[in-house]
Amino acid sequence: MMYEDEKIRRIIQFLQGDIPLESRPFQKLAVDLEISEEEVLERIQDLQKQGVVRRWGAVLRHQQAGYTCNAMVAWKVGPIEADRAGEAMAEFHEVSHCYLREVSADFGYNLFSMVHARSQTDLAETISRIADVTGLDDYVVLNSIRELKKVSMRFFD
Amino acid sequence: MKLDQLDRALLDALQNTLPLSCQPFGDLAARLKTSEEEVLARIAALKETGLIRRIGGIMNSKQLGYTSALCAMTVPEERIDEVAAILNQLSGVTHNYVRDHHYNLWFTLTSPSQAALIQQLKALEQACGLSILPMPARKLYKIKVSFDMGAES
Repeated sequence: MMYEDEKIRRIIQFLQGDIPLESRPFQKLAVDLEISEEEVLERIQDLQKQGVVRRWGAVLRHQQAGYTCNAMVAWKVGPIEADRAGEAMAEFHEVSHCYLREVSADFGYNLFSMVHARSQTDLAETISRIADVTGLDDYVVLNSIRELKKVSMRFFD
Repeated sequence: MKLDQLDRALLDALQNTLPLSCQPFGDLAARLKTSEEEVLARIAALKETGLIRRIGGIMNSKQLGYTSALCAMTVPEERIDEVAAILNQLSGVTHNYVRDHHYNLWFTLTSPSQAALIQQLKALEQACGLSILPMPARKLYKIKVSFDMGAES
């Protein structure tokens, strides 16, 4: 008998990897956990409802998807304008991630957005549209020069 | 690799509307009016070219009790590879980039707890002999990791 906690842990370990590319990808996991495939799926649905699983599906490499120009843009924003600016940035489909961060005074840029584009021209144009919409004019564009690591986080490993 | 209309439709669907069912690829195939074999073969090809990194679940680290921070360092040019090797040993370092700024090395560190995060940062600073500027998130406005592949609907 496997405890429920252990089943959930095994399901999370399964989901955070690359599921088998076969007709019934949950079949072997279900056998291992001694439950039915439907019971595996029910647990995954619960994890989705709890917000543990943010999304289910394919993760693409954005360079190969044609989004070859990406930049991390860090904006200086005051506490009062932060929410309005962050929410406005989130509306841009070119922005994949947007976070308000606690930063030291010597850096000072506290609102971070990842901006993706198909060309340098598009990237610059999008950044200037974000600046216009949010009214933020103090920012730094942190272009990536070299990727040293990019993997998905593995939990409970 | 040249993508045709079915590839694009498949990529859009795989990212955003993959059924959570016993036979997700078969159910997706039915919706795209093609066969399960065709869907599986095309996914295998799209993985082969590197366009699809993986298929599975994207987890919310916070909901799992984990904590993370974006971190920046100023590393002398000639030490970048050596420092990166030290950082990248940690499985919690998931993203690491050289960027064009006075802070030239940017990485994310995810740890099982706040205490573990602080301890790992301290150990990294000692191992590298350099200081690390951690920037923990205070508020999340957006996280979206799917890309519009331009399929005609």
